[in-house]
Amino acid sequence: MIRPYGVQFMQGNEACVYGAIDAGARFYGGYPITPSSEIAELSAELLPQVDGIFLQMEDEIGSIATIIGASAAGKKSYTATSGPGFSLMQENLGMAVYAEVPIVLINIQRNGPSTALATRPAQGDVMQSRWGTHGDHPIIVLSPASVQECYDLTVRAFNLSEKYRIPVILLGDEVIGHMRESLIIPELDELKIINRKTPSAPAEGFKPYTPGEDDIPAIPPYGTDHIVHISSSCHDESGYSHNAPQTADKLVRRLHRKIENNKTDIVQVEWFGPDDAEVTLIAYGVVSRAAKQAVIDAQKEGLSVNLLRLITQWPFADEQVREALKKAKAVIVPELNLGQVVLEVERTNSFKTPVFPLSRIDGEIILPSQIVERIKEVLK
Amino acid sequence: MAVRRYQDYLDKNRLPHMWCPGCGDGIILRAYTEALVELDLAPKEVVTVTGIGCWGKADDYLTTQAFHGTHGRALAFATGIKLANPDLHVVTLMGDGDAVTIGGNHFIHAARRNIDLTAIVTNNYNYGMTGGQYSATTPLESKTTTSPKGTPEPGFNVCLLAEAAGANFVARTTAYHATALKNLIKDAITHKGFSLVEVISPCPTYFGRFNGNSSAVNMFNWLKDSAVPISKYGKMTAEEQAERFAVGTLVKKERPDFYTTYRRIHRASQQPKGGE
Repeated sequence: MIRPYGVQFMQGNEACVYGAIDAGARFYGGYPITPSSEIAELSAELLPQVDGIFLQMEDEIGSIATIIGASAAGKKSYTATSGPGFSLMQENLGMAVYAEVPIVLINIQRNGPSTALATRPAQGDVMQSRWGTHGDHPIIVLSPASVQECYDLTVRAFNLSEKYRIPVILLGDEVIGHMRESLIIPELDELKIINRKTPSAPAEGFKPYTPGEDDIPAIPPYGTDHIVHISSSCHDESGYSHNAPQTADKLVRRLHRKIENNKTDIVQVEWFGPDDAEVTLIAYGVVSRAAKQAVIDAQKEGLSVNLLRLITQWPFADEQVREALKKAKAVIVPELNLGQVVLEVERTNSFKTPVFPLSRIDGEIILPSQIVERIKEVLK
Repeated sequence: MAVRRYQDYLDKNRLPHMWCPGCGDGIILRAYTEALVELDLAPKEVVTVTGIGCWGKADDYLTTQAFHGTHGRALAFATGIKLANPDLHVVTLMGDGDAVTIGGNHFIHAARRNIDLTAIVTNNYNYGMTGGQYSATTPLESKTTTSPKGTPEPGFNVCLLAEAAGANFVARTTAYHATALKNLIKDAITHKGFSLVEVISPCPTYFGRFNGNSSAVNMFNWLKDSAVPISKYGKMTAEEQAERFAVGTLVKKERPDFYTTYRRIHRASQQPKGGE
């Protein structure tokens, strides 16, 4: 494979594939779906060139299952999908969380529900990415807003997934996936790559789900001297099923703890604009680009506005959002849905700061002018 | 090298098993572990992939590497495991629900792709774990808890389905024929490509009881009488066949498996082209 580096010009979906391969991914299992199919196509071309496996599965249920299996056998693995396919993946997404199998799932969001406007952007899967699978569970979700971030955050998604042994969702949208712009791909040795930890305990009497002090177990891949038992059922440290109430409680609480205790490592945001603005915009993905322009345009009209961009969507940036709510007179949350992140902003709002949604669900993007207009309304 | 015994593949601390008296699962588990002994495969070289249901609990008792996944998806998980590490021997244990009902799509596609793994499908004609509801192999007009007057659906022929989808090795036997079962499992594991062993197995607790056969002994006798070697079965009249099923090795082909073909195609495409 001829690896591109330095300044490149490409599509967001393509940048995801280069990010995945640079992060060490060698297995893709997926089912084609608009607007994510370019990820499958480029993976099909490149993975065989790095001794990897590209597999087009029969459906999205099988797609996520096969990458979970491949990851358990030691290959960093990923899939890509969009709305309907993401819905089909939910059950096994929970399996990967519960069994602590690292995988990366790229969801290039499209308009919904159901088939809806298959080629148009949306941000309607924010809550599905958090709560789509059943039962209490943690999750990590990253939201790219540029082609550069499609590359960078795919690498980061693999790193977080390997480090915390949890599925990581890269939650893009049709615009970010399909737009072309320049990005800088670093030299391979400039990249920080994290691989899952391996056990120091001997093979004899090995219990793969024994957590370290960081609450993360060192589970080796199949094929070593260590016997690994992976289960979707309630399991104890041996990995075998164990149905005691205290086992169920202990496991799910640990799964949450390993993420909650590391929010400073996981949660990434970007502030844009003046520190002490009157109005703060909270946005992510394609909408955050319009929001940046809105900050600049509003300033020209003498309005004091800044932006808190959520790069990590989940776990939620409670601390940073609280800071925004504390400082601003009003907060506006523009998003391509009928109000999903705005609910989380309201949840963290202990300051009675007025919080306003700005929704668009017609398959078109939110324009900077719409946001400026909303700012003016709010300030009236 | 120390000689292994079948007990070495079973964790005695986790026994006795949870299966009902008269169930075939224990016999099949023993046949599987004896096959591993005779093939001289160490527990670390084998990944047993299970689904959900009575037979899906089998991994609880095994000392091999194991993956107990979600209902119906065992073959999709197993496909990833095998392709990520082709040195592993991957064996999926599924019931009729896992294999050809909820997981039917993965079953036909794993066979079509000819993934080099083995499926041991225990077919007891119903969902035992959840109380005896009908599955996609329950025979027409059989009584189950979701077909109290008889099911209006005919059942799949699991072996024909696998053969039509392209499986390299297809065999059928019953829980009554324990030695034949062990030998067929050995043949299946050593045969390259997708291999299936369907094991017709009694569920006296539900399927038998609802269909006039609540005695395990009667059910085993029924298996003995219904199973006809494939050579004899072919010579029977349609009427005689209707009450029986063929056992033995039904399909044996040498079609190259997925991984071999994948590597061949990509190696060929990476050969330098033209010039000197």
